[in-house]
Amino acid sequence: MSAIDPTAHLTAEQIEELGRELDAIRDEVMSSRGEKDAAYIRKVISVQRKLELASRGVLLFSIFPPAWLVGTAGLSVAKILENMEIGHNVLHGQWDWMRDPKIHSTTWEWDHVSPAEQWKHSHNELHHTYTNVIGKDNDLGYGIMRVDEDQKWHPMHLGQPLWNFINACFFEYGIAAYDLELGKNLHKRRRKNPEFRARARAVGRKIRGQVLKDYVIHPLLSGPSFLTTLAATFTANLVRNLWSHSVIMCGHFPEGVQVFERRSIKGETRGQWYLRQMMGSANISGSKLMHIMTGNLSHQIEHHLFPDLPSNRYAEVAVKVRALFEKYELEYVTGSMPKQVFSAWHKVFRLSLPNKKPKTKTPARDKELVAA
Amino acid sequence: MTSAALRSRAWKLLELVTTPLLPSDYLDLVSPLRAGADLRGRIEAVHKETADAATIVIRPGRGWRGHTAGQYIRIGVDVDGVRLWRAYSVTSPSNRTDGRITITVKAIPDGKVSNHLVRKVKPGTVIQLDQACGEFVLPKTKPAKVLYLTAGSGITPVMGMLRDTELADAVMVHSAPRQEDVIFRNDLHDLVADEKLRLVELHTDTHGMLDVARLHELVPDWAERETWACGPTGLLDAAEQHWAEHDLADRLHTERFRPSVVVAGDGGEVTFSTTGKTVDADGATPLLDVGEEAGVLMPSGCRMGICFGCVTPLRAGAVRDLRTGEITEAEPGVLIQTCVSAAAGPCDIER
Repeated sequence: MSAIDPTAHLTAEQIEELGRELDAIRDEVMSSRGEKDAAYIRKVISVQRKLELASRGVLLFSIFPPAWLVGTAGLSVAKILENMEIGHNVLHGQWDWMRDPKIHSTTWEWDHVSPAEQWKHSHNELHHTYTNVIGKDNDLGYGIMRVDEDQKWHPMHLGQPLWNFINACFFEYGIAAYDLELGKNLHKRRRKNPEFRARARAVGRKIRGQVLKDYVIHPLLSGPSFLTTLAATFTANLVRNLWSHSVIMCGHFPEGVQVFERRSIKGETRGQWYLRQMMGSANISGSKLMHIMTGNLSHQIEHHLFPDLPSNRYAEVAVKVRALFEKYELEYVTGSMPKQVFSAWHKVFRLSLPNKKPKTKTPARDKELVAA
Repeated sequence: MTSAALRSRAWKLLELVTTPLLPSDYLDLVSPLRAGADLRGRIEAVHKETADAATIVIRPGRGWRGHTAGQYIRIGVDVDGVRLWRAYSVTSPSNRTDGRITITVKAIPDGKVSNHLVRKVKPGTVIQLDQACGEFVLPKTKPAKVLYLTAGSGITPVMGMLRDTELADAVMVHSAPRQEDVIFRNDLHDLVADEKLRLVELHTDTHGMLDVARLHELVPDWAERETWACGPTGLLDAAEQHWAEHDLADRLHTERFRPSVVVAGDGGEVTFSTTGKTVDADGATPLLDVGEEAGVLMPSGCRMGICFGCVTPLRAGAVRDLRTGEITEAEPGVLIQTCVSAAAGPCDIER
């Protein structure tokens, strides 16, 4: 939908060939999953649980500043690992092949106010199927922001840097709200829909459990450290929210990432779907630790191409995927975390102001549709 | 308040702290065999029996309720990262004092679990266990005369019985390809030396296959004996026929290791067991579509195999992955993506 379609030079045949090459990359990893991969996820889960327990233990004495610092830092890291490298990826079904009922997308519940069941629907089905399609993918601006020059400007968008910052601080609640499709469902008539009410109750139960754990029970167990532990768990949740929000902004918001019109995905082929994922995602470069802390969403492009591949294998896949970008002369959007975060925020600020309507060059496959 | 009620209160409080996980998720990290945990076992040793058979010594978790000689256990072993479940007879006596149990496994060609257990598994490995079960056991009142009719690895449940219960008059007819293939051969000959067992040992490489119709030549009083038979399907089918022909079917007890053979073909009859519907499906239509057309409430998502919104237990039969052609066979715990799987023969979907 940008002024120049960066895929215009590809023929329909090339796009299908690209699809076949990506299928081959996927098959190669799928058929080589094994003991090492299983050991990896079990190790991460074990480390995460021990780190969380130890940090919460230290926080029982959070009245002492060094204990507060160590405990808060540990709990923040544990919460990030739990949501990103473990929760997100387990809920994607990346580890279902192990047939371990304790590490399975259908049984997993995560440290997050949105119940796994609802998140799987809005994230795995809607976001991953309709990636970056305006009006279909709620991840695009979360319904509160303008993310493309072509979207109509409204005075409400002037505040979008602020909305985005508030959303970042309370990100897990923002996600719960949009998994519930609150914006749409708060209309009077829809509010009484029994299905919506059941889902809202499930979110309510999940929030109650999370709040009770982090803000009541754990501080109470800390006795004289009640207030400092409360501050610690709040801080850890805040750090986790800011971090995951940043990682996710880097995945689809930086400059160079394409968005798509509803009609452009009509009758989309497998190859075209792959191409949309390639053009609609961006990576973060960095160290191995960085990749783990982002839940390997630093390999967002590879994750969007193959959402059910075990996360520890994205790094090796990225080398092959990048070679395909070069072969087909496509732009592989990537950069360091600060650079990508800045780029995404820059876009949020820029689009908060109205702009001249760009001259849209219709993408190749739209032309065919128009002609047909 | 009773101590049990107090414990349950304390446990509830713990659950509030560990939510959304359970306290056991943390305890499992340090103490997988504790009381109250899912039943597991730790492999403590692997002893070679023959070139392709080994006895696995397992220390079961605290929840283990014991077994009766002749019964089997199901074990869940991670092979190449994938949990696979198989059943094996317990070969240790039920009164073993150190609380350990043993199973004896023969590696079969292409057998993922059996080869893993015989050749690869390391002591220290934790495996999943189920409580012992099976009806292939001796009755409470010891029969006066017994015949054990076994072949190959079919000896395993009978070895459990021999080690457990001493009988006044026991005869065993056992066949294996060669002398060196006879599992527990030394144990058997020790029993013979102690006059606790009369053994007829046959080697099929030299003697040919055991012909059940000529059993009377080996054991003249076979018809008077309560018989326990375990071995390949061919042997058991022949035995059942032979005993039935002599109107002695109630004297024969058999144990089969492989009750059903999965036929992976193109398409087949699909049963949705929860809903109670059965329809014919071809080998190209996703089971999700098949179910929906039959009016079964199927969970669904992306319909292209990426979101795992449609995964459903496969209770029986086989399905083919429409993307790779890979066949998945039913086993406990096997879930399939219905949107990219088609019937590969008759199958049963839990919806």
